[in-house]
Amino acid sequence: MQTDFPLFPDQASSFALQVDALYFGILALCVFFALLVVILVVIFAIKYQRKSDDEVPRQIAGHLGLEIFWTAIPAVLALGVFVWATVLYFHLITPPPNAMEMYVVGKQWMWKLQHPEGKKEINELHVPLGESVRLTMTSEDVLHSFYIPAFRVKKDVVPGRYTNLWFKATQVGSYHLFCAEFCGTEHSRMIGTVHVLEPQDYEAWLTGGTANEPIEVAGERLFEQYACHTCHKMDGTGRGPSLAGLFGKTVALEGGGTALVDEAYIRESILNPSAKVMAGYKPIMPTFKGQISEEGIIQLIAYIKSLKVPELTSME
Amino acid sequence: MAITEQDVQASEDAPSVNYLNNGYGLKSWLLTKDHKRIAVLYIISISIFFALGGLFASLVRFELMTPEGDLMSSDTYNKVFSMHGIIMVFFFLVPSIPATIGNFLVPIMVGAKDLAFPRINLLSWYVYVVAGILGTIAVVGGGVDTGWTFYTPYSSTYSNSNVILAAMAAFMAGFSSILTGLNFVVTIHTMRAPGMTWFRLPLFVWSHYATSIIMLLGTPVIAITLVLLMLERGFGFGFFDPNLGGDPVLFQHLFWFYSHPAVYIMILPSMGVMSEMVAAVARKRVFGYEFVAFSSVAIAILGFLVWGHHMFVSSQSTYAGMVFSIITFLVAVPSAIKTFNWTATLYKGSIVYDTSMFYVYGYLGLFLVGGLTGLFLSSMGLDIHLHDTYFVVAHFHYIMVGGQVMGYLGGMHFWWPKITGKMFPDICGKISALLVFLGFNFTFFPQFILGYMGMPRRYHVYPEEFQILNVASSLGASLLALGYLVPGVYLTWSIFKGPKAPDNPWGAKGLEWETTSPPPTFNFEETPVVTEEAYQYGQIEEH
Repeated sequence: MQTDFPLFPDQASSFALQVDALYFGILALCVFFALLVVILVVIFAIKYQRKSDDEVPRQIAGHLGLEIFWTAIPAVLALGVFVWATVLYFHLITPPPNAMEMYVVGKQWMWKLQHPEGKKEINELHVPLGESVRLTMTSEDVLHSFYIPAFRVKKDVVPGRYTNLWFKATQVGSYHLFCAEFCGTEHSRMIGTVHVLEPQDYEAWLTGGTANEPIEVAGERLFEQYACHTCHKMDGTGRGPSLAGLFGKTVALEGGGTALVDEAYIRESILNPSAKVMAGYKPIMPTFKGQISEEGIIQLIAYIKSLKVPELTSME
Repeated sequence: MAITEQDVQASEDAPSVNYLNNGYGLKSWLLTKDHKRIAVLYIISISIFFALGGLFASLVRFELMTPEGDLMSSDTYNKVFSMHGIIMVFFFLVPSIPATIGNFLVPIMVGAKDLAFPRINLLSWYVYVVAGILGTIAVVGGGVDTGWTFYTPYSSTYSNSNVILAAMAAFMAGFSSILTGLNFVVTIHTMRAPGMTWFRLPLFVWSHYATSIIMLLGTPVIAITLVLLMLERGFGFGFFDPNLGGDPVLFQHLFWFYSHPAVYIMILPSMGVMSEMVAAVARKRVFGYEFVAFSSVAIAILGFLVWGHHMFVSSQSTYAGMVFSIITFLVAVPSAIKTFNWTATLYKGSIVYDTSMFYVYGYLGLFLVGGLTGLFLSSMGLDIHLHDTYFVVAHFHYIMVGGQVMGYLGGMHFWWPKITGKMFPDICGKISALLVFLGFNFTFFPQFILGYMGMPRRYHVYPEEFQILNVASSLGASLLALGYLVPGVYLTWSIFKGPKAPDNPWGAKGLEWETTSPPPTFNFEETPVVTEEAYQYGQIEEH
């Protein structure tokens, strides 16, 4: 994976070259200015060394033109770098719509990862080469940060909310996965490995080993176990709204306003149901806080995402 | 400098009574209202904490010589780096220059007898000492393991260490710097000598004015934040822990609202020191005086608007991140202005090769690297990769240690004759500057490479491929430690055995060089009247 004495990280994602280009761009700028100043002050030191103890040099108050010059040039250059870096940033945080969904739960001190097909991993993540992967992440306890240096991606993993990160691996191999946000005693052991596999190897890996329950099937089981279906009936006749086809829609809220039904909204509605109640419904749902794990919530979300608007014939 | 000449001159000029010999008892020090004596008290106390913080740093570097955790447990390591950060930031760096050199010089430079509120000045030292004792109790009583950043909900709910005690210590230390800042602002506004207009003030005073504004406006926010943290930890108030209905990212906003401006508390004073020293080394008026003065103020103001650049990957709003990023880039401008003006000051100067010159050049080199590497981190697309890695560690050490500590040591050498009335051996000063410069680069330059390779900060154990650079860094640290120990030896020696200092050993300009070394209790025999610009080494040519 690594030579004995590497000085540069692997470039294993579609971002790596772009991020490195910016890095070397800024580096060139820095080297230029650093050398400029260093060479000048060294020349001045040699040329203008004090000859005698009572020497008094010619006094110069300043020069307006020079001041404007060396205010404007750094300002323009800095703004140029800002534009470059910010355009890149938007690219880094905007996943393509067809990205594979995977889920991450951080806890002291391990990474729990789950694939849409249901395969679960701890401190290891297998991903297919050349596929965009979007991670939805949360933490069970303190702040963590999901960091894959070879991909140049990092995002804090925050308890109580979802954060996202995406990447497209471009080189088969195994790479470090680090926790970058200090999280307690074993912080430096909250590490793992990301394995980038050829797509067919990834398929083989997915189907190998023990049989797996797809994530939305696990979610459906929880949906019934927690009796969600008694109120959230698919035909909309229950005391709560039907969840079929709801994901990704914008709904009106009781008391005005609207909300986009995304992962964060569903999570909040499970843990703090009265926060944003859909218009036309009463705030009667009990909270499931403390009763359901973060992974369980993720499975429920996957299930709710999978629910399509039912056909008329299937209605009871 | 010819020592014999100085001796003669000094013995002729020395007044019979100065601030050091007008009382010898412990009480004359512990109840003193003299800003110069309080400065000396501060020098002694922050030196103790610098040594303690340095000891913790050495332990960190020893542990990181090998990838495994073989010297101490992870819990101990986490406490060691946390105590290093907390002690260095709150008990050394923040007070380092303002409370010592600043305390000594601000009144003298403006031509005043003392600070506006001498009792409050003494109070600030006592508050600092109590804070320091609390901090020491937190260390001795088992330590704290949250890092100096105290991020929630780890600090408020999960950590099993002395968080409340350490937060209390930082809280108290903050009040000490509020009092110092208040004193400086009032003194600079109201106690300038006749003729000492704002634009005749030495740039050291301008930079301390800017620093004081940050201390006054920023420190109360960290105080409130730490109180909220203590309430959550002690009584379960839900501010930051999502399980209690709080928001962990809110803590980061509040924390950095102070702690980013505080970074400028940890660099602006050293810029003031540099302006004085550059002028003296080149025997020339600082080029573009007004621009250097206003760049300090610009840094103080902009510094309040960039805290979110610590949070680009924290899940803060993308558009907020953009605003923080662009303002951060703008901070590069006043920093560049200062650097170019110092460079231009050297142009056609009369440059002396003494200890001051070595420190000035060392500072310029380190500050250049520290400042320029900030560009990488203010770039959002690049900060995603670099955030929380050793790149950040290297960057802020170049600023805080390469900048502020280099400025502090340089300033201590430059004004040592004034403070103690004694000369140190010039060759020793040069050697120490060289050792610090080389040791510093050996220690921290490898960390930039480590950071870009992806080594996260605060790692007790790390993958093997990072070892060589870590060993290099640790070896450099021993050289650096030597560079810090050497001045302790010969400066202490000079107090007892050093030759007497003349009033103006460097031929420098400024009111502090017009009074005696060491100055009398009330600084001047009679109130000075200022009739010229700062750094008037000769007639100024107009362009």
